[in-house]
Amino acid sequence: MTATAAPPQAPAPAGPPVHKPSVRKRLVPYWLLLPGILWLLVFFVLPMVYQASTSVQTGSLEEGFQVTWHFQTYWDAFTEYYPQFLRSLLYAGTATALCLLLGYPLAYLIAFKAGRWRNLLLVLVIAPFFTSFLIRTLAWKTILADGGPVVDVLNKVGFLDVTSWLGMTEGDRVLATPLAVVCGLTYNFLPFMILPLYSSLERIDTRLHEAAGDLYAKPATVFRKVTFPLSMPGVVSGTLLTFIPASGDYVNAELLGSTDTRMIGNVIQSQYLRILDYPTAAALSFILMAIVLIMVTVYIRRAGTEDLV
Amino acid sequence: MRNPLTWLRRHLVVIAGLGTLAYMILPNVVVTVFSFNNPTGRFNYSWQEFSLDAWKDPCGVADMCGSLSLSLQIALWSTLAATALGTAIAFALVRYRFKARGAVNSLIFLPMAMPEIVMAASLLALFLNMGIQLGFWTILIAHIMFCLSFVVAAVKARVLSMDPRLEEAARDLYAGPVQTFVRVTLPIAAPGIAAGALLSFALSFDDFIITNFNSGNTVTFPMFVWGSAQRGTPVQINVIGTAMFVIAVLVVLAGQMVGNRRKKAQPK
Repeated sequence: MTATAAPPQAPAPAGPPVHKPSVRKRLVPYWLLLPGILWLLVFFVLPMVYQASTSVQTGSLEEGFQVTWHFQTYWDAFTEYYPQFLRSLLYAGTATALCLLLGYPLAYLIAFKAGRWRNLLLVLVIAPFFTSFLIRTLAWKTILADGGPVVDVLNKVGFLDVTSWLGMTEGDRVLATPLAVVCGLTYNFLPFMILPLYSSLERIDTRLHEAAGDLYAKPATVFRKVTFPLSMPGVVSGTLLTFIPASGDYVNAELLGSTDTRMIGNVIQSQYLRILDYPTAAALSFILMAIVLIMVTVYIRRAGTEDLV
Repeated sequence: MRNPLTWLRRHLVVIAGLGTLAYMILPNVVVTVFSFNNPTGRFNYSWQEFSLDAWKDPCGVADMCGSLSLSLQIALWSTLAATALGTAIAFALVRYRFKARGAVNSLIFLPMAMPEIVMAASLLALFLNMGIQLGFWTILIAHIMFCLSFVVAAVKARVLSMDPRLEEAARDLYAGPVQTFVRVTLPIAAPGIAAGALLSFALSFDDFIITNFNSGNTVTFPMFVWGSAQRGTPVQINVIGTAMFVIAVLVVLAGQMVGNRRKKAQPK
């Protein structure tokens, strides 16, 4: 994995501008864009329009749905399912924070301390991508099984007392509790945190660390004042790449949780595929999109980095 | 090791990093170990006894290998299509100035900035409204759609870091536009294109959420695993999972060995 760190150079215009390019030449970028953009317009933008129209329809599956501009659906859907919305944001937020906490040391280790082990560690971070994530999530059922070694240890060291007090677990079991769902979410999205973190850490000139050390900064100060601020682009894109998919996920809540841990993704999935209440499902999915887009915009403004991914 | 506390503090990053790595690898270890299990019930969640049965007969479960080959086909076709479309877009965005550039950039970025379930649901809304039969083609369409952005991002990064003087040099040496592209531009962009293709293959092969919404009765491998989580998980699923992990590690390592050899062959 050679993520070549490119110096931000202005890409030179193609070809020397000796004479005004012909019409045919000016059309080249449009021909290059056409098929791909058309695909996105038809299968990404148009579906959004259809979903918008579905969300303001009323009717039933037997009699068919008509557009009646019934905006009430949005309000009804939100008031009925706001616990699931809140839960999704809470779980996704917790998982994102945990990913940052767990992912940063590993990204730091690979970028600065791994030496010749760097490539092997990167492979180990990426390899899980290629094993079906559903199989790996199911493996968590075995790991967190009631009375299994992991839960036993967590119980003995008093960890489960703390999480029970936080409302994350109940009694001495982990499976089917919020903790299991957050654990699964954290696990599933860790690579999405580590890779951006690694690529922005890797670009940092280590001479800056030496310079800070020469100026009598303690290691902790070097990290706080030099390394961490310079890794901000990675932190921002890592948290986004973790939070956005986690907020809409329903796999972890379904496989590792219980009915008390249903996230908004579970609701949308069952409304669309089981209950077949398309207007409510469409409205819920738009509310989720709006919440995520607003949060992401505010977050990007606050973090102050516009260059993403 | 004079003072264990100082030692711990000095190596805190390494310990914490390796701890995270262990957390990431643990499920793969469990999948591998349980591929040698001989479960008593329908579910393969607790260890019973060592057995090689599943490895001897990986396709012994009804419909599993069919779903696997379907997933491979879909991943292959969507990778081909998304890579072709995405590479063209990436080149247009990096190499040309044109009016709609900002709009195109946002359109590419949006699918990555949206929860997958929103895209999955909206595609279903489209297919339902248009009365399109869900199945192989709707899955393929959806996969090409979401893989596209990732290919564009990967190829763009590579083309941006390319030295434009190499192409100028080729032109100065009287290479035509086609010759310049095939002999100079494409080989330099190849790692980016390969990375985009690999990523979209992995994404498509492993996709569950979008496929779950748009597959109808068609069962891809992730759909099969999902279904088996309810009906009973055959050990063969672990065999496939283990094999995928091993193959992926071997492919990546082989790729790196080829890369290293190239680097040695042409010292800079």
